[in-house]
Amino acid sequence: MTGLWRMIGQRLLLGMLTLFIISVVIFGATELLPGDLARELLGQSATEETLAALREQLGLNDPAPVRYWNWLTGVLQGDFGLSMATQKPISELVGARLGNTLFLALYAAALSIPLSLLLGVLAALWRNSVFDRASNALALTAISFPEFFVAYILILWLAQTGLFPSMVRITGATTTGDLLYSAFLPALTLTLVVTAHMMRMTRAAIINLLASPYIEMARLKGMSPMRVVLRHAVPNALAPIINVVALNLAYLITGVVVVEVVFVYPGLGQLMIDAVTNRDIPVVQAIALIFAAAYVLLNLLADVLSTVTNPRLMHRT
Amino acid sequence: MTVLVSLIVGLGLFFIIGLAARVALQAAAPARHRPMFRDMPLTAAFGLAVILVYVVVAILAPVIAPFGEGEVLGDQYLPWAAPHYLGTDKLGRDMLTRLIYGARNTVGIAFATTALAFVAGSVLGIWAALAGGWLDQGLSRLVDALMAIPALVFSLLLLTIFGTSVLTLILVIAAVDATRVYRLARSVAQGIVVMDYIEAARLRGEGNWHLIRREILPNAMAPLVAEFGLRFCFVFLSISALSFLGLGIKPPTADWGSMVRENATLITFGDITPLLPAGAIALLTVAVNFVVDWQLHRASGLRD
Repeated sequence: MTGLWRMIGQRLLLGMLTLFIISVVIFGATELLPGDLARELLGQSATEETLAALREQLGLNDPAPVRYWNWLTGVLQGDFGLSMATQKPISELVGARLGNTLFLALYAAALSIPLSLLLGVLAALWRNSVFDRASNALALTAISFPEFFVAYILILWLAQTGLFPSMVRITGATTTGDLLYSAFLPALTLTLVVTAHMMRMTRAAIINLLASPYIEMARLKGMSPMRVVLRHAVPNALAPIINVVALNLAYLITGVVVVEVVFVYPGLGQLMIDAVTNRDIPVVQAIALIFAAAYVLLNLLADVLSTVTNPRLMHRT
Repeated sequence: MTVLVSLIVGLGLFFIIGLAARVALQAAAPARHRPMFRDMPLTAAFGLAVILVYVVVAILAPVIAPFGEGEVLGDQYLPWAAPHYLGTDKLGRDMLTRLIYGARNTVGIAFATTALAFVAGSVLGIWAALAGGWLDQGLSRLVDALMAIPALVFSLLLLTIFGTSVLTLILVIAAVDATRVYRLARSVAQGIVVMDYIEAARLRGEGNWHLIRREILPNAMAPLVAEFGLRFCFVFLSISALSFLGLGIKPPTADWGSMVRENATLITFGDITPLLPAGAIALLTVAVNFVVDWQLHRASGLRD
């Protein structure tokens, strides 16, 4: 067990290091711009006073390392600075929407993970059957669709008939039940987009194992195919499956951007698009950092979980 | 009911186009390539046919299109009727014309971006594998750090900083995708640089550029070509997504992503016109994926 804890500690440290580097990249990207950021943002016609005021606000008069240090210490205390467009604290803007985005991502995950695992196991069980071929072709098709295409098709079929609302409105009075109902279409869109990939990987991971001798043994002793797959193949295929699930959850976090815009869902993605359109750099940096942190954390979690489920990796010295 | 009918019609079209394309390709191919096309799955034949149609439409856009690209012709949101076979958009421009020009603009820009990402990523990747040492370490760690940020988020960050124009869009997406190509090119090349014939070429006194061009690239071609197809799909989808979000290709240039956005309100009236450009994007991506899948299957030598 000590080996396991040491491994988790190592991965955590590595994750922290990655996050630190990411924060440097996200902050340092503004330095890539040739010339003055303030002038670039305000345009050629800006007066000297407004330029000076903006430089003061962005802290552009300090050297870059000092600015980075101030930004980082602020972020670690939950203070992302002020939005340039609205002059409100960014933490306030982000705080309200972070919960909404997490809810949508979790909702989609709750729908897509069981569905894709079930489909993947069935496709592996009945490989080369009509079901397998059809689901494979469908999965390849679904991967190729832009999110907004899937979203609009769903709106056309399910919202036009009045079954589900095509816009999500969240107020203080919205209950969880209402939210589950009104966020169903965005969640379903995300589900369709990620299920294909997870299903294909699950199928591939299980089929890879079916050629191994111990599966042959189980089959020879007269076990039913279903039992062979469920009892012997799936537990050993867990590591790759967990990895691809985590990868797709990480994808969900960025995939919400387009889906939120289509369904006018008040989440982080929509906020980010507005900020990019207004070139509100502090807001974009803050949201990029949050998304990247979620991405790193999920990968870390996948790493740890796939080690825990694989005894061979766990006992390695 | 309509869903079922359109599904059946779609499947029927798929089979007819696929079969026709397979027969045509077999007849047109030189004798030594014929077996390859004879065994090709229907999906791949369908994919090749679709790609061919897109390329022809993109090249001949001004000849095929009934009207000018940005021409305002009359009322907005006209229904599907001659002379505007697919109606008009929110400014009264002909939908069919803009769809045809979109093939040129959207696909052209996506192709240029992919090519750029590919050249940069594969040259750097192979060079890193060849040189080894601190250069390899430095580049690889940099790429690792950049890849730890989700692609769409990183592109959005860069677009905020550099502003949104077609040129910055191409450069930003190319830079983000080049990191992914670099990874693959480096790992493929690492398997090749340890070969004896590379050693022999080095002893002959060949330079790095010659090694990359004449010795490594020809042997790394198969995985790189498949990656090019996949990368094109990713680039195409991200450019469309950015255009859809209003951050990519700007009007009046006809572009499928922004066409969906401009006319999205029609969906709420049950009109499927805005789905056409989105469908055009989806169809091309599916087609490329089908062909890549076939090529990968062939390259891996699987015969199950």
